[in-house]
Amino acid sequence: MTRILKIFLITVISVFVGTPATLASDHNGDEAINPKELIFEHLGDGYGWEAPFQHHIRIPLPVIVKASDGFHIFMSSKVADGKIYKDGDVEFKIAGKDSPYKGKVVEIRNGEEIKPSIDISITKNVAAIFVSIIIVVGLLLWLASYHRRHPYKTPRKGLGAIEALMTFIYDSVVKSTLKDQARRFAPYLLSVFFFIFVMNLLGLIVVFPGGANLTGNIAVTLVLAILTFLVTNIFGTKHYWKEIFWPDVPLWLKFPLPIMPLIEIFGMFTKPAALTVRLFANMMGGHMIVLVLTLLIFIFAAVNPVAGGATTVVSVLFSIFMLLIDVLVSFIQAYVFTMLSTIFISLAQEREHKAEEKHQKETEQQSASSKSAVTAVTVANN
Amino acid sequence: MELFTPDFGLIFWMFVGFAVLFIILWKFAWPVILKTVDNRAELIDKGVEYAQNAKEQLDNARNEAQKYIDDARRQQADMLREADKMKNQIIEEARGAAQKEAQKVMAQAKLSIEQQQKEAEAQFKNQVSDFALQIAGKIVKDRVSNDEAQSQLVNTYLDQLENKN
Repeated sequence: MTRILKIFLITVISVFVGTPATLASDHNGDEAINPKELIFEHLGDGYGWEAPFQHHIRIPLPVIVKASDGFHIFMSSKVADGKIYKDGDVEFKIAGKDSPYKGKVVEIRNGEEIKPSIDISITKNVAAIFVSIIIVVGLLLWLASYHRRHPYKTPRKGLGAIEALMTFIYDSVVKSTLKDQARRFAPYLLSVFFFIFVMNLLGLIVVFPGGANLTGNIAVTLVLAILTFLVTNIFGTKHYWKEIFWPDVPLWLKFPLPIMPLIEIFGMFTKPAALTVRLFANMMGGHMIVLVLTLLIFIFAAVNPVAGGATTVVSVLFSIFMLLIDVLVSFIQAYVFTMLSTIFISLAQEREHKAEEKHQKETEQQSASSKSAVTAVTVANN
Repeated sequence: MELFTPDFGLIFWMFVGFAVLFIILWKFAWPVILKTVDNRAELIDKGVEYAQNAKEQLDNARNEAQKYIDDARRQQADMLREADKMKNQIIEEARGAAQKEAQKVMAQAKLSIEQQQKEAEAQFKNQVSDFALQIAGKIVKDRVSNDEAQSQLVNTYLDQLENKN
């Protein structure tokens, strides 16, 4: 009970002290609040990482760009606050609000802003990816070392929670869908699950080690979906490819005009697209709701102090509620991504129809239950 | 809208990062974890199966033992009955034998008594006939001295004999 109280207090404090305070300190001038810009600034990426509770101080991160004369590496603090940094013969700065490359590091040549051909800077999001990787690898190596020491024992407490999560995904998603192929694809699927889950949770933490909207960034989810696409198609069976290019349909549907093959090929690419957009939209939506609720305070406060005070109470309560829901959504989205990846991979592991029918009869019940779980989760999220 | 246009740098680092994460986990974490988890599941399944078998066997053994006990009881009862029967028979036989023996002894005793009686009778007869002869001799001696008496006696006997016939 005291633990729950502590967690609650920390949540309240982080909401009170964290977001509004930083937002307030950011906009204590007289300029009008621009909600859209604020929201996208918070959802987006950036050079440097805001220090906890100090929006003006940014933890410098390395900027790596390929300019006209080769690679340049320098700390983001050099170009912060519109400063121009001269590295060798080339000058760099972060493009201003009016530039088409808004917020990006650009090279200044003859007074013109030129986008570097390659920009692989360690931005806030990249740093957050590294933090997530360290956490995931650390936790799972810890679990592995426990298992190496105790081959037949179940861990307890914290490690037990990780193991419970892992066995939940492994047994109810991977094993029940992939059957005898489970061991082959489990490393990829479980890695993806833990990675997404940790990234989701880190995104919910308002201050430093978190705060990056990782899974709400389309680049991150796109990479994960592409990986699933690659795994699906590289390990696809002969039958899977036959079903795409020469499916079991009347001849006129595939011979003069390859209608069905086109649809099948289209379907190959809609799957990763669905994966990308689902995770991205769900996570970004959650972040956006919390941000909007917080911004409401400032919008109303600008109109009338009393209205602002009243909105504060309501907004904070709703924000807490939404953040708690987001904790749930973090898990559900990681679960759904893993489950859909598993299903896509298992669809590409199809055998011949006869063999499959036989196989399907045995597994009808289990797949039925997992499908109903999918629909339930999908409905809950949309 | 930076959010909807994937950034190359982020994609690059995400690929690199995930590759590193996956290789480390694939090499060092998942084989160990999945192996133990699968082994443990198998061990638990086997344990349950073993326990079920053991229970079945125990039940069987219990039934078997009960059967043996029942059998033994029945045998014991049979044996007791048999022993009882045998005992009675032996007693009966012994009794019969004893009776036979007793009868034999009695018969012998009777026989010897009879014999002795006969012998005694015979002896008695002899003695009596001796006495009678002596007495008769004496009487005859007395009587024969008198002729008249002699002829009288002979006549008497002759009469008697004649009467008898």
